[in-house]
Amino acid sequence: MAADHTSSTAGLAIGAGSRRARICVRVALLLGVLVSMFPFYWLVVMASGTNQDILDYPPKLVPGTQLLHNMGEVIDRIAFFNSLFNTVVVAVTGTVLVLFFDSLAAFAFAKYEFPAKKFLFGTLMATYMIPAQLSLVPQFVTMAHFGWAGTLKALIIPGAANAFGIFWLRQYAQNSLPDELLDAGRIDGAGFFRLYRTVALPLFRPALAFLGIFTFISIWNDYIWPLVVMVNPDRLTLQVALANLSVAYNTNYAVVMAGALMSVVPLIVVFLLGARHFLRDLAAGATKM
Amino acid sequence: MATVAGTAQVPAAGSGDEAGGRRARADAPRGRWRRHLPPYLAISPYYVLFAVFGAFPVFFSLYLSFQDWDGIGDMRFVGLQQYSWLLQDSVFWHSILNTFEIWFMSTVPMLFLALVLAFLLHSQVRYAAAYRVAYFIPNVTSMVAMTIVFGSVFAQSGLANSMLKAIGIDGVSWLTSALGIKSAISIMIIWRWVGYNALIFLAGLQAIPSELFEAARVDGASSRQTLFRVVVPQLRPVILFAVITSTINGLQIFTESQVLFYSDDPGTTGGPGQEGMTIVLYLWQKSFNDHQFGYGAAMGWLLFALIALFAIINWRLVSGSDRDGRRGIAWRKEARNGR
Repeated sequence: MAADHTSSTAGLAIGAGSRRARICVRVALLLGVLVSMFPFYWLVVMASGTNQDILDYPPKLVPGTQLLHNMGEVIDRIAFFNSLFNTVVVAVTGTVLVLFFDSLAAFAFAKYEFPAKKFLFGTLMATYMIPAQLSLVPQFVTMAHFGWAGTLKALIIPGAANAFGIFWLRQYAQNSLPDELLDAGRIDGAGFFRLYRTVALPLFRPALAFLGIFTFISIWNDYIWPLVVMVNPDRLTLQVALANLSVAYNTNYAVVMAGALMSVVPLIVVFLLGARHFLRDLAAGATKM
Repeated sequence: MATVAGTAQVPAAGSGDEAGGRRARADAPRGRWRRHLPPYLAISPYYVLFAVFGAFPVFFSLYLSFQDWDGIGDMRFVGLQQYSWLLQDSVFWHSILNTFEIWFMSTVPMLFLALVLAFLLHSQVRYAAAYRVAYFIPNVTSMVAMTIVFGSVFAQSGLANSMLKAIGIDGVSWLTSALGIKSAISIMIIWRWVGYNALIFLAGLQAIPSELFEAARVDGASSRQTLFRVVVPQLRPVILFAVITSTINGLQIFTESQVLFYSDDPGTTGGPGQEGMTIVLYLWQKSFNDHQFGYGAAMGWLLFALIALFAIINWRLVSGSDRDGRRGIAWRKEARNGR
């Protein structure tokens, strides 16, 4: 995208040419960053203090020294590592399956002609519009019927391929998978799956990075579905375990906050690792809709 | 929206298949099927999964909504009774009202702030990547964790009231009064989604070709005119996207309300006066706490109808006076072709 070339025109758009205007813009942006980040800082402050620190007036605005102690309490009181393990398993397998199935389907939709293709793609887009909550009850009944309620399968399998990813990767493939490369492969006698593996998949990489992080984050943060389907209290995801912790220990804020912090940190790390790809591709995807 | 880009690509894809087509004619029709089999196989996982976990539950939920069922015993056919009970259920209506109030209180300021932020980001060249990351992080973090954090900030003796007290304002009953509950939830939603929408608006801004700005300058347009005659019409599709997305998300608010205001006692879920009871929270509570599966299924369908209706209304509102927008796009194409 024409990222920085058009920046000079922005000044025109908001009439910010002068030095003073530039300083105002910078101050406003920094203020915004402060508001964005403050809740995280505050989470660290609360998670590292004692329960009394949180209740005191005036509030203590700097981190305390109890972080490790509070984290230890979390580990003692809920099966933290068990939930973390479940969440990681679900998020990693779910993401890998989504990347595989979505890229395969996107490749077919973008580069192959086959009967009923338009109809099938139209159906795919229509299904994307159906809200998940519409069929929360029957989805649960289906899972119970399969004997999957309470197992990790119930969290992984239903979302193993999704319309959003197929749609988005297809857009990407159309713009960045040259037909010449595919033709060259065909002349060498490569079939569909070999072209997918040797030509499409390597070129998909940047798009897969975005879709991967996006999928990972949404699986990690999903709440209502695990809440409904994980009927076995020994087998929860981090989000559900955290919500339970906050109900069961609602008087011991410091421990609850330590738990919240421990559930947030892994996600922020994953995000920061892929942030550059992620933000560029997110923006590109939205403007192409 | 998407198919426009799709159809433009078809001829290019077709040319690659011609070689295969010639080969296929030799041993048709079996060869034809063999040729089409791999792409069908490639797209089949989604359709299989959707049939089992998407389509079947949707039809099953329609069937369920005509039944009385607790999930264990026998189903009893009740016709449209669930729907008529639902329409007489004051808690249901209250939850709809709450959801719309929270949607309105969060979406309007959120989109406005996001637009302002996008303009600021667009005019700031240095540290652009760092700003983007900082503004996007709220969207990445766990909703449950951050709801817990905000819950403590908005507690009666929490940080929000401490700060108000420091500047001499009496404490606000954030989590106990009708307006307070809705404000607290709205603030959480705004905090979470402003950066996300700002980045989407920013991408839209950056996609406006600079020829348009030059043309406006040559014509002697003021900054104000440039903003309203060039920028806003050009951004309309992106704004439409943001409005539709926040409508669909906004009508399904659940986590904030559930984490803050869930209680074992059905009558008090949703907080004092049930002012924090949203549609999806009520659906979840009726289905999985009270085991009224038929009732929950009926509610799901009404929610679906509401979302569809509301998305269409918003679509019309935002793209309604679409003449300017179309002209803007035509102008943009001319500018590109003229180059």
